[in-house]
Amino acid sequence: MKVEFDYTRSLGPVLSAFMSALKQHSVLGGVLADGRVVVPPPEYDPVTHAAITELVPVSDVGTVLSWSWVADPVSQQPLEVPFAFAQVLLDGADAPLLHAVSVASASDMATGMRVRVKWAEEPTGTIRDIAFFEAAGDDASDGSASMEFGAPEVTGIVSPVNLAYDYAASPEETKFFRGLAEGKLFGQRCPVCEKVYIPPRGACPVDGVPTAEEIELPDRGTLTTFCVVNVPFQGQTIPIPYVSAYVLLDGADIAFLHLILDIEAADVRMGMRVEAVWKPRDEWTTSLDNIKYFRPTGEPDADYDTYKHHL
Amino acid sequence: MAKVPAAVIGVGQTHHRAKREDVSIAGLLREAVDRALLDAGLTFDDIDAVVVGKAPDLFEGVMMPELYLADALGAAGKPLLRVHTAGSVGGSTAIVAASLVQSGVHERVLTVAFEKQSESNAMWALSIPVPFIMPVHAGAGGYFAPHVRSYIRRSGAPGHIGAMVAAKDRQNALKNPYAHLHNEGTTVESVLASTMLWDPIRYDETCPSSDGACALVIASESAVAKSGVKNPAWIHGTQMRSEPTTAAERDQVNPQAGRDASAALWKQAGITNPIEEIDCAEIYVPFSWFEPMWIENLGFSALGDGWKLTEAGETEISGKLPINMSGGVLSSNPIGASGMLRFAEASLQVMGEAGEHQVDGARKALGHAYGGGSQFFAMWVVGADKPAN
Repeated sequence: MKVEFDYTRSLGPVLSAFMSALKQHSVLGGVLADGRVVVPPPEYDPVTHAAITELVPVSDVGTVLSWSWVADPVSQQPLEVPFAFAQVLLDGADAPLLHAVSVASASDMATGMRVRVKWAEEPTGTIRDIAFFEAAGDDASDGSASMEFGAPEVTGIVSPVNLAYDYAASPEETKFFRGLAEGKLFGQRCPVCEKVYIPPRGACPVDGVPTAEEIELPDRGTLTTFCVVNVPFQGQTIPIPYVSAYVLLDGADIAFLHLILDIEAADVRMGMRVEAVWKPRDEWTTSLDNIKYFRPTGEPDADYDTYKHHL
Repeated sequence: MAKVPAAVIGVGQTHHRAKREDVSIAGLLREAVDRALLDAGLTFDDIDAVVVGKAPDLFEGVMMPELYLADALGAAGKPLLRVHTAGSVGGSTAIVAASLVQSGVHERVLTVAFEKQSESNAMWALSIPVPFIMPVHAGAGGYFAPHVRSYIRRSGAPGHIGAMVAAKDRQNALKNPYAHLHNEGTTVESVLASTMLWDPIRYDETCPSSDGACALVIASESAVAKSGVKNPAWIHGTQMRSEPTTAAERDQVNPQAGRDASAALWKQAGITNPIEEIDCAEIYVPFSWFEPMWIENLGFSALGDGWKLTEAGETEISGKLPINMSGGVLSSNPIGASGMLRFAEASLQVMGEAGEHQVDGARKALGHAYGGGSQFFAMWVVGADKPAN
């Protein structure tokens, strides 16, 4: 599975000034109530809790206070080749900044070494405008470029987040998914409350024990309730409008959500009898979307009393 | 050991908006926190502990935001807790804060809840594909709409009840300067004419997507006495309940957890006839039909009769049981904060500080929140008088 989104982060006055300055190759520190200068500037004083309002330029040259070698960089780290993460105390600041230092090997790193900002070629108004630090030798600090403090140019950043993961199905779910690949619908009965769950559960939500006795269910049942989805959204895979309905298979004690087609949305009713329309067999996987949708069977609607306790 | 009587002595909230691009998440929280501290006449130095609540981290993409927020919330050197119970979190966060005082652990607790929905897209975050399952789900509206249909079928309520709730709440919001939506001229007819989004739920019957925060200062009886606050909102009862999202034959219209929580709450607060003894209620109504549904679930009416109170105008500010005088979730929905806003607005009513949306003579009020697939409930009763129990 993959989940990803580009978050739009608003920065507020302090970090807007910091990011805007980075874009102009200048590093700003925040002045705390006790006079210490901290980079990046915090928004609120850690002792007095007042908003930080004074920002001052610090040098783009500093001293490594501590470091850790990254032998195998992963995606989206500052460098694709081995590098060091380091706490760098910039000249003029009183607290270190965590960033990357580019050197050929770990043996070139040392606590106390002098390093200088290597600016990114294309400024973006993000912390990545500092591409990384590199060894500065004994060069004196020439300070960070001075800049005018005006209305900040950068007030937000885009923060892409992505998460890829493998989904591990429980033994009970596995039976269900493998059944789907054979065109079968397997539910399981809870040994305590005797309700038939589809999909089966590693733990019955009421009794906390795994569902056990396997029960093959038919691919037809009763539509208990539904809505007509008419709102577009990011990530949507079914064209709107569509009917999203709870289908209670005959013999099951819990309904699941599925799609209803072959009928006008306006004609869909609670209690309607429906049956599965399967995809062609060669397209079957271990997913419930092997059933393309449910359609009306043409039978008379189920009596309200037969499904009202499933609402 | 008896509980320490506790009260709300400070209330703060932001002006809720679709996008607050001028502030960071921390800055947004500080607006609410600074207002609550000012209201209580306190500073951060007076606070013993901080309790933060917000809905799923996927909404802003900041994992464990309470860590980054510690500085801004003045929590360095103090206990900082984060509560998470989906949409009900604002309510359960206030209850956790209250319990830290009622238990005698702390004297003054600051609690704050928030959401900055503009940083992401809640509809996307609530519709993440589930492996091997048919992708028909479509956000919170898609989840709740079938259950609203079930309520209408069960109760026989006429189709315009949802629109009546929406029109009332939007009119109430015009009296609340903090509300996100100030939609002049919203009427039952205009709501009925709005686009059907998740049939049977229309556009005007849904909550907005808001940036906002709410904060409370909760104090012990002795800390109330030491403060300059003369009109605290005393906490008469707090309850939370949860239940599974999906269970065979689970009642999704009138969930057991909500029934149990409210029954316990009334008992705890010494209330035998809720509709006669509660002067007004702020209940969590993100989709208009949940007003009659929760009226029944909370025991304010017999089963199937909730909509009759709405239809008779009894839930208007001038009615027998005013509901969502602030405009409610339908008018402002910073999700994580929405539950605390209900608790805060109930407090403002009994403090007599609700401004234009004040219910005359309100002395006992309900704050209510629910979350997830109606599986988390949190509620409290606050009163102008110190509780007898």
